[in-house]
Amino acid sequence: MVEILANAPAEPAGTVTYAAAAGLLGSVWLLVAIPLVSAAVLLLLGRRADRWGHWLGVGAVGAAFVLGLTYFFQLRDLENKSVELSLWDFIAVGDLRVDFGLLFDPLAAVFVLLITGVGFLIHLYAVEYMAHDAGRRRFFGYFNLFVAAMLLLVLGNNYVMLYFGWEGVGLASYLLISFWYERPSAATAGKKAFLMNRVGDAGLAIGIFIMFATLGTTQYDEVFTGVGSLTASTVLVLGLLLLLGATGKSGQFPLQAWLPDAMEGPTPVSALIHAATMVTAGVYLIARSNPIFSANSTLQLVVVSVGALTLLIGCVIGAAKDDIKRVLAWSTVSQIGYMFLGVGLGGGAYALAIIHLLAHGFFKANMFLGAGSVMHGMNDQVDIRRFGGLSKHMKITWLTFATGWLAIIGIPPLSGYFSKEPIIAAAFEREDWTAWLFGGAALLGAGLTAFYMTRLFVLTFHGPARWTEDIAHPHESPKLMTIPLILLAAGSVLAGGLMAWNDGVASWLTPVLGEQSGEAHGVLSHSMITVLSILVTVVGAGLAWFLFRAGTATAPQPAGVLVTAARRNLYTDAFNEAVFEKPGIFLTRALVYLDNRGVDGLVNGLAAGVGGGSGRLRRLQTGFVRSYATSILTGALLVVAAFLAVEAGWLA
Amino acid sequence: MSDFPFLSVLTVAPLVGALVVVLLPRTRPELAKQVAFGWSLLVLALSVVMWVTWQTGGDRFQFRESYPWIPNWGVNFTFAADGIALVMLMLIAVLVPLVILASWHDADKPSGAPTATDRQPGANRQEGPARAGILASSRRSVPVYFALLLVLECTMIGVFAAADVFLFYVFFEVMLVPMYFLIGSYGGHQRQYAAVKFFLYSLVGGLFMLAAVIGLWVVGGKTFDWQALSQVDISTGTERWLFLGFFLAFAIKAPFFPFHTWLPDAGGAAPAGAAALLVGVLDKVGTFGILRYCLPLFPDAAKQFAPWALALGVIGIVYAALLAVGQNDLKRLVSYTSIAHFGFIGVGIFAFTTQAGTGAVLYMVNHGLATGLLFLVVGMLIARRGSALISDFGGAGKLVPVLAGVLFFAGLASLALPGTAPFISEFLVLIGTFTVNKPVAVIATLGIILAAAYVLWMVQRTTQGTLNPALTEVDGMRRDLNLREKVVVAPLIVLLVLLGFYPKPVTDVINPAVQATMQDIDRTDPAPSVGTVQEASR
Repeated sequence: MVEILANAPAEPAGTVTYAAAAGLLGSVWLLVAIPLVSAAVLLLLGRRADRWGHWLGVGAVGAAFVLGLTYFFQLRDLENKSVELSLWDFIAVGDLRVDFGLLFDPLAAVFVLLITGVGFLIHLYAVEYMAHDAGRRRFFGYFNLFVAAMLLLVLGNNYVMLYFGWEGVGLASYLLISFWYERPSAATAGKKAFLMNRVGDAGLAIGIFIMFATLGTTQYDEVFTGVGSLTASTVLVLGLLLLLGATGKSGQFPLQAWLPDAMEGPTPVSALIHAATMVTAGVYLIARSNPIFSANSTLQLVVVSVGALTLLIGCVIGAAKDDIKRVLAWSTVSQIGYMFLGVGLGGGAYALAIIHLLAHGFFKANMFLGAGSVMHGMNDQVDIRRFGGLSKHMKITWLTFATGWLAIIGIPPLSGYFSKEPIIAAAFEREDWTAWLFGGAALLGAGLTAFYMTRLFVLTFHGPARWTEDIAHPHESPKLMTIPLILLAAGSVLAGGLMAWNDGVASWLTPVLGEQSGEAHGVLSHSMITVLSILVTVVGAGLAWFLFRAGTATAPQPAGVLVTAARRNLYTDAFNEAVFEKPGIFLTRALVYLDNRGVDGLVNGLAAGVGGGSGRLRRLQTGFVRSYATSILTGALLVVAAFLAVEAGWLA
Repeated sequence: MSDFPFLSVLTVAPLVGALVVVLLPRTRPELAKQVAFGWSLLVLALSVVMWVTWQTGGDRFQFRESYPWIPNWGVNFTFAADGIALVMLMLIAVLVPLVILASWHDADKPSGAPTATDRQPGANRQEGPARAGILASSRRSVPVYFALLLVLECTMIGVFAAADVFLFYVFFEVMLVPMYFLIGSYGGHQRQYAAVKFFLYSLVGGLFMLAAVIGLWVVGGKTFDWQALSQVDISTGTERWLFLGFFLAFAIKAPFFPFHTWLPDAGGAAPAGAAALLVGVLDKVGTFGILRYCLPLFPDAAKQFAPWALALGVIGIVYAALLAVGQNDLKRLVSYTSIAHFGFIGVGIFAFTTQAGTGAVLYMVNHGLATGLLFLVVGMLIARRGSALISDFGGAGKLVPVLAGVLFFAGLASLALPGTAPFISEFLVLIGTFTVNKPVAVIATLGIILAAAYVLWMVQRTTQGTLNPALTEVDGMRRDLNLREKVVVAPLIVLLVLLGFYPKPVTDVINPAVQATMQDIDRTDPAPSVGTVQEASR
């Protein structure tokens, strides 16, 4: 069934062409198939797989990682670094041709390595973390399903394949958030995530419809080649719809509310899905669609604004939260805001956003798993007000978490410095006054990030112990959990520098994201921005250290307007409830009433009229006429009468 | 093999089976079930042979056969199948054996019914209207139930295979009889009311159609042959009236908003198996009829009324989905989801593009599989609990994990998740509609959000959350799916996944028939508005 496309001839500039996958790369479908089959085995075999199922799950992702590395090196040696593999005709109706096909190019390759690499470490960690959960096999089934869907999302060669993976990721996320489905809060959080995602999905779907209606195709190469011929308004609408999809999946404004609630799932889920991979899908979508977004400056301005606004929202709310996972969740919202800022700026900043995404994948997974390790040793306590002084009791968790903390706030030479600071600099390189606006927002965000992450770190690991009575001796986690932590910590330290070294990742991504256009001149010099960003980081971190080094109250204290608002997610949940939920419930209730009384009554009345008086109908309905025969006979008589009438020529 | 009279044999075979089953002694109910099941498998086998014999890309109508019936009026037993009818016939052949297997104990004596414990005074809830009274009169007979299912299969096959307008009308009306008895004699609470309502609605629609059939015969040169009639040129004014006569019958049957109110009652009262056939197949006669009769025979009227039909479709999508969210009875909820799905099918038909039309027909098949599965699995849940009220469940996933998993899968198929077959059809309908009517397509796309809402909320209230303590007191809820039930759901799940990844074998059969229908109404797909890519490759 695998048919390999013929090599495309050389095309003039401006067109996008992909070569056919040959040799080893012809088996790139295995990347999706292996975790998918593993998921099916785990979910279908049931209890029979309980004893070894988790190792199958780990092995499947490990195998995918090894394969991904192999493909990566294969791709490096190719001239045309974009190869596609058409597996079968997915949909072929009229002029609509959708390929069930994969595209392996530099962008897809780095995502594959992130998903399978970080994913493998998180799988390994989860073997121990979920060891005492009766549903561990099911958990790994869902985990593998997620990896398969995410890989399909980044490997598809057209927008329908992307949508396929996109919704698959949404499903896996729902299953994992509501994994402990007997908890009403978990079930509700899963449903909320799926629904908010579907709002974005609807946008993405309509975007796909526009592509077909205007360009007659959904294949990446044909869409990107044809985008130049679209009118500006079409590009704008198309881009806004794609952006809506991206905000849903990535937890960006206005669809950010589901992400913090998603922390109801087991902690490895938060690490894999809500930090390292799934939430980056929106960034992937925009980076992948860079020919569309680069074609309209208004569109780019909207993306930049969403990014800047969300990164500040995330910081402000993150600073007010006391639940360790929710602080990290809002920090994820905020960091992805930086990535949106990057892809919105366009040009060379596309690559910067991807680099930040990869770096973030390491340090955020590191910190989420670290949080899990803390919870593991503290009877599943999540309130940072009830931690403190843990550095003495969990040395490995403390040290690894510290690398993540220093990385995210951007202390050189850890990875966040190399990935976040260039985005701030790029924001200052805009040509008009908006450079000050977005650059300032990014800079302010860096300071706030330093503040709330330091607050989290200090309250958890330093200062006096404020534990609940039931905890005597917090313990370090077992090796199977600390080894992934150590490896991720190494990534948090080194990844940024390695990726930035010699413009390695940026030039690797050039075939997809285009050449960087010359040397840009910002409103501030680059060295000035570097100094400023380190300065605000140190100020933010120092302030938090000063405020929280002696611990804090064990319960939330009355606070001013801003902090209260931040604790309530800036009232976005209240807004959703008042504007969508309550009226929605009222509407459905009203309609149920209306349908039973109004529409049914009206049609009943009509039917009664036709049937010859409501009295007769009532008798039929109340069962006096038990036999259907009268009705049939009436019908038959009518038929005969009608025919006689026709025969007699009354109607002719 | 292509000379074999597939369609007439397929139509008659279940009827013969029904006769055999009903003649079996009432004292041996198991034998009746086995014979009925075996017979339906034979019909399935014959249908598979027919599917294989079908020449994709061959004539529009194949397997044509004709025998005189009432020569004076030009009435013939004419059978022929196009791609649309073929896929529907396959759907029937697949669903009926599974429904028979799923209904194995539905007609048994009430002694074994799991409602007994629920009727204990300890249950402090009142007997709400939605409580499914599975207890039935002692008069009902097991062989008759299964014979009725086979009679129903006969009439369903006949209505799709008929190529004579009068024959179609006869099957259209006769089809009501077995379903009436299935609901009225074997249904749950309010079955009499529901059965009569179903019957009256359909009968009223049928009478309008009868008038139109006669009118068509008069203006069409005194013939009932579809192919002859499709060549006749009818004045637009006459077309309009004839169109409306047919359309009203089909809109009630389908059902489209605002003619839908009989379905929740019928679907709620019917036994789960009959409900699966009612919504999965029987209602498709409405949408099939529009495609086969309203469009090709009255093309001008169809084009004139298309905006109204699109409006009804899109209202139905949103309206019924909102109502589904608000339901507190499982079977009524599934019925409302189906009304929303019929809205999608209606939109797909009246968008008049190849993608939307093919999507609509594929939707008819996929919806039959997905909602069929949903009705059957909901039926399994209700049979265990002895109640269809959603509030009587809660946390059931702890007790019956496999059943809960299948329910969830059926829900996913119902909300058209990629990877399940309904995604393909919904996508085709929407993308095809978008090329000609953006507002309708955009509003319809919002339906996918509502679909997620009603499915997930239903799943949450039944299988997730805190375990309802009342559930543990019910014996039935301690038994997960047994082998028979697994055999019922497995083929549907496999088909839904296979067609979700590789729908081509079915779309290739449907597509030529839809394109022929588009030619009948003289419509072609709009070219891409920019189309550089297309032109470059041409």
